[in-house]
Amino acid sequence: MKLGKTLWLIILIKLFIIFFILKIFFFQNLLNKHFDSDQEKAAFVGKELTNRNLKP
Amino acid sequence: MENIDPSLVDWSRAQFALTAIYHWLFVPLTLGLGIIVSVMETFYYKTGNPEWKRITQFWMKLFGINFAIGVATGIILEFEFGTNWSNYSWFVGDIFGAPLAIEGIMAFFMESTFIAVMFFGWNKVSKGFHLASTWLTVFGATISALWILVANAWMQFPDGMHFNPETVRNEMVDFWAVLFSPVAMNKFSHTVTSSWVLGSAFVIGVSAWFMLKKREQSLSTKSIRIAAVFGLTGALLAAITGDGSARQVALHQPMKLAVMEGLYKGSNPAGLVLIGFLNPEKGTYDDDTNPFLFKLQIPGLLSLMANRELHSFVPGITDLINGGFPVEDTNGIMIQALSAEEKMKRGKIAVQSLASFRTAHETGSDSLAAIHRARLEANYGQFGYGFIKDKKELIPNVPITFYTFHLMVLLGLFFILFFAISGILIHKDLFHKWKGMLWLSVLSVPLAYLCSECGWIVAEVGRQPWVIQDIMPACAAVSAVSTGSVQTTFFLFAILFTVLLVAELSILFRQISKGPDPEH
Repeated sequence: MKLGKTLWLIILIKLFIIFFILKIFFFQNLLNKHFDSDQEKAAFVGKELTNRNLKP
Repeated sequence: MENIDPSLVDWSRAQFALTAIYHWLFVPLTLGLGIIVSVMETFYYKTGNPEWKRITQFWMKLFGINFAIGVATGIILEFEFGTNWSNYSWFVGDIFGAPLAIEGIMAFFMESTFIAVMFFGWNKVSKGFHLASTWLTVFGATISALWILVANAWMQFPDGMHFNPETVRNEMVDFWAVLFSPVAMNKFSHTVTSSWVLGSAFVIGVSAWFMLKKREQSLSTKSIRIAAVFGLTGALLAAITGDGSARQVALHQPMKLAVMEGLYKGSNPAGLVLIGFLNPEKGTYDDDTNPFLFKLQIPGLLSLMANRELHSFVPGITDLINGGFPVEDTNGIMIQALSAEEKMKRGKIAVQSLASFRTAHETGSDSLAAIHRARLEANYGQFGYGFIKDKKELIPNVPITFYTFHLMVLLGLFFILFFAISGILIHKDLFHKWKGMLWLSVLSVPLAYLCSECGWIVAEVGRQPWVIQDIMPACAAVSAVSTGSVQTTFFLFAILFTVLLVAELSILFRQISKGPDPEH
């Protein structure tokens, strides 16, 4: 039973870190954050792709 | 023109690689050990012998620890798609989304429902229902792997889709072509069977440790008997499916094959390097330095693997960059391979056509838009080359790909022998008497992990610079975020993953050391 409790505790801590720290503070969906419609997202990515250039 | 710092591309790659490699520590043990546990429980169901129940419950506990620590680590990869690979996420559209959604809805829920019965259902449900739940948990986990690997295979061989310049997305036109692509089928079967190898090595390694400690002789003997047969089956199937994968790589990713073999200049016939040491002095692909300090190769075998013909030409890195060698097109007609420069030229036309199409479309010039759309479609096969500045970017890291590939193959051969010898020794009741074999068995556990991770590295490093083969390189796929933010999360993950790994190993070792529950 001690093993079960330890594993549940690890799972809960891990899920908390993943969903309440990483997701909220570090991994917001960039396109969803900045644009509301699919048209806006398509326009943004289209521009990104056609303008993208690496530093020489 | 937007400038993307090259170090952003490298850090984004490193962040993804760290997460995927960590996630991949758990998946193969779940897939491999899961089947072994199911077989053990089937013996219990068939014989009613309580010893089989005890054996099953012991290995199931280790399976549970691995599952608990590993669960949800793959979700982080999906977060990274949205944040660090947003261009890619949008560009792949429903092709990548559909398999992942099916994975989430069908396989994951199936897995999580039955795993609850598997762990908590002993003595609460019938023996038959419990056995079915154990098998269905493993089946669900394997189906989960199928969908993930289908999505990955599409990136290695994009098929069954059409690019829509209005939405800037690849849209799926043939679900079955995506699902049953030969790359996906080979990748799935090779990955799953290699996971059986890892699961079997784990069982034999832990059992051998018990034998070294002179504990649990009966449990260990019975476990090794199952694992040796299952492991040998997995290792042989992994060799066969590995050969199938090599054929697919030759067809769709010839540069990856050339780099895997350190083959700079193509030859007819081409030999397969069995053991080789690369020359660190080798600078560029076109210098005259011998790429090898030493190599031992099997003549003609690479030609046979790549083209199914012993006397056939396999292009090297230089040939693929310069083009001009005969190659079969998608309609089976022999043509001259394009040079990298020509592909880059066509790629730039494709990218420019996309820009021109979107401008024409926005201003309502339908006839102009149609012309640009046609030009884009004619050159879309080389779209990704439009982002390549220097043809040398098209060559993946040779030493990493070469050494990991050969290490994987050598370890694969080792495991065929290892399981065969284990099976013979356990059959003759000699396994526990050979101390060297017992220690080798314990060592085989980290070797199996090394082999498995090498497979991931070969597949992913070997296909650089492509995120989607020929269509999108990593430099076009990454989000324009600050390099510092990617570095921050990289180190955050490094700490988190290390802590979780230490936790898993300490719980796992403690549980192994404690052994199975006492016999009643």
